[in-house]
Amino acid sequence: MRVAFFGSVLIAGALFGFGLSYSSMIKPEVVLSFLRFGDFGLLWVLGSASLTTMLTYQFLPRLMRKPLFDKSFREHAASLDRNTLVGAAIFGIGWGISGVCPGPALAGLGAGNWPMLFSLAGIFAGAYVQGRMMKA
Amino acid sequence: MPEFELLFPLGITHYLIGGLFIGFAVSFLFATTGLVGGMSTFFTSTWSFVSRWEFFNREAFVASRNWRIAYAVGLAVGALIWMLTVGEAFVTTISWWQLTLGGFVAGFGARLSNGCTSGHGICGIASFQLPSLLAVLIFLGTAMITAQLMQKLGGLS
Repeated sequence: MRVAFFGSVLIAGALFGFGLSYSSMIKPEVVLSFLRFGDFGLLWVLGSASLTTMLTYQFLPRLMRKPLFDKSFREHAASLDRNTLVGAAIFGIGWGISGVCPGPALAGLGAGNWPMLFSLAGIFAGAYVQGRMMKA
Repeated sequence: MPEFELLFPLGITHYLIGGLFIGFAVSFLFATTGLVGGMSTFFTSTWSFVSRWEFFNREAFVASRNWRIAYAVGLAVGALIWMLTVGEAFVTTISWWQLTLGGFVAGFGARLSNGCTSGHGICGIASFQLPSLLAVLIFLGTAMITAQLMQKLGGLS
């Protein structure tokens, strides 16, 4: 069960990384071109990925009582509070500076984009500072 | 349709197919494990291996830190498979300080917001979460403003 669980996570990650690469989202230049209104293709990536996921989240729990390798389906619980909105604004500023967000930073490494090590170091450091500012 | 080509000069096929792969990935994760997977939590939960700070050692982070590493490794493996099959190696020309600074600010913000382009963007929108939808609109807005300001100020690629 554990092997199947972790194997599935790995396969899901690989499909995700393949999709990020195929859609050229691992190229910060393409993301920056979107943010500068040069090429709006990113919206198709976000749209087709969200729509597919939406169908799955809506209908799968009606077809299966539980996931294949665990006990229950989880839910995405975002809360409408100050941190969520202020954090999003700050995240966008960082995304706009480099054109890199967490997924493509990780995937990019696999396609030989070694400068993503700078991005990953930055993201880890930013997450660390955020964590240290939080009371346990 | 010239307007269409103006908006999407490189066409839309690869964007559409890549997005379907991402959607299928998140769907596959849900069907097999029931997990709803964004990427940014990995950058917090992994600190629990090396830091004693209580926040990093919250139950939610410690309980998920192992599969989040598998998910992160999977991302790189998927990109490697793409490179070896239909794609090619790619190295960005964005400067190291932009990558580091942008990463730091994005990492801080994503963790404060508890989600990034994958968590709020794909999983949040897909499960009709109003907070996530608002987060997406806000970060798209600030990202566009920042990217265009950077270009005006420094002409950075």
